[in-house]
Amino acid sequence: MSTALANPHAARDHARAMAGTVVDAMPVLPPRADDLPPSVDPADLVWEETIAAGGYATRRLARGTRLRLIDVHGDACAAMLVFNADMPTERLNVADTVKVQWNAYLGAGKLLLSDMGRVLMSIVADDAQTHDTFCGPSTAASNAARYGDGANSGTYPNARDRFLLGVAKHGLGRRDVHPCVTLFKGTRIEADGAVTPQVGPFAAGRHVELRAEMNVIVVLANCPHVLDPRPSWSVTPLRATAWRGAIAGQDDPIRTATPEGARAFANVDDYFRF
Amino acid sequence: MSVDPHLSGLPGRIVHDVVVPARAPWLHHVDAGQTLRIVDLEGNQAVDFLLYAAADDAERYSAQDTIAAQGNLFLRQGTVLRSNEGRAMMTITASAIAYHDTIGGACSCESNTLRYGHHTKAQHACVENFLEANLLEGRGKRDIVSNINFFMNVPVEPDGALGIVDGMSAPGLTVDLRAEMDVIVVVSNCPQINNPCNGFDPTPVRMIVAA
Repeated sequence: MSTALANPHAARDHARAMAGTVVDAMPVLPPRADDLPPSVDPADLVWEETIAAGGYATRRLARGTRLRLIDVHGDACAAMLVFNADMPTERLNVADTVKVQWNAYLGAGKLLLSDMGRVLMSIVADDAQTHDTFCGPSTAASNAARYGDGANSGTYPNARDRFLLGVAKHGLGRRDVHPCVTLFKGTRIEADGAVTPQVGPFAAGRHVELRAEMNVIVVLANCPHVLDPRPSWSVTPLRATAWRGAIAGQDDPIRTATPEGARAFANVDDYFRF
Repeated sequence: MSVDPHLSGLPGRIVHDVVVPARAPWLHHVDAGQTLRIVDLEGNQAVDFLLYAAADDAERYSAQDTIAAQGNLFLRQGTVLRSNEGRAMMTITASAIAYHDTIGGACSCESNTLRYGHHTKAQHACVENFLEANLLEGRGKRDIVSNINFFMNVPVEPDGALGIVDGMSAPGLTVDLRAEMDVIVVVSNCPQINNPCNGFDPTPVRMIVAA
């Protein structure tokens, strides 16, 4: 306790003196990024934030918006929930995502499907190729078992408890934390069903670019993968950048790639036909 | 006196015994320590299955926590079915087939439009059963999560290819589950007729609870 801040004016001056502080993990307002694709008008930038190791972030993104995630130092782990922002009872369904697309692994061209037969987001670019649809977020229990603690208030936060805080800020609760996908940390399935984690660390700067195909809420938690075998709680910052973009056209290659996907896009078109 | 083969080996007295008709939902509270036996009466019938903690139904079966905890996709004898809080809800104490699925999810009217076409939109589906049963106790769409499919076979190939293929079950085969906490079991006796999960012919299943 400092006696120098014993009155409100001193406390105010102390607080205001923090203005302009820059740290590694923080949002940039208004958003600014010097590495946008050449085709993107900087005026279309809507979100620029670096999410701390162990941190989380949420964002509402309009249909057509591109979301670029960068694993800045090679050890980020982006557990992600996705909701229809206009009706959050509609949310990502990982079972339908793998079943409808007849494949377990996410990558460029893959869709993130809702439980209402619609595509919430699609993956337009991916140079990471290590992602996971099966194991879900780390939890208080899994972090306590591996690191001795997993509390939000502690040193080793877990992804599910980050999700709980993230969804709560959109008026959602425990029932809304649905099975998630995890980007940048992957799993491979062996013939006997065994799950082999792929946790790196990987080269710095790998990225995934997604396109919102509906108005969505994304919740990102950046905590070690639940099957990360390392004894130490290991994770590095995750950067999120988003910009406005066109919605998928009728001849969009992701829309037309498969008959199942084309019908998911048709269902989105139908949802917005009112 | 004839012996009912479906009761063979069940511990304790029978406290509930019902045949769930083809295509129908079923909801039942199973107390900690009780054993639920599911009998695939006519063979190759997928039984879509969700669990909620009776004391707090925001705690529910989590396919992802179950897979992560055992490091394997398949549910076998000995598998502990875990909740979203990481706790043991039920244990598979016996299974007449090698493994069961928990990655394939439940069929829905909406996903059927993607998988088969919009001509299937009006067909009955497991999510309809899950909703109808859960609505009886105040749960709704937010409570439908990735489920178990007993007697259903979803292999994953080295390139990630997966799909519902011919089942491994046969008439009279069973799976036994011991409740590790007081649970609410919600079942959809799968009505799907567009893939092999029910042999293209949904049939009844029998649910037996022993205390």
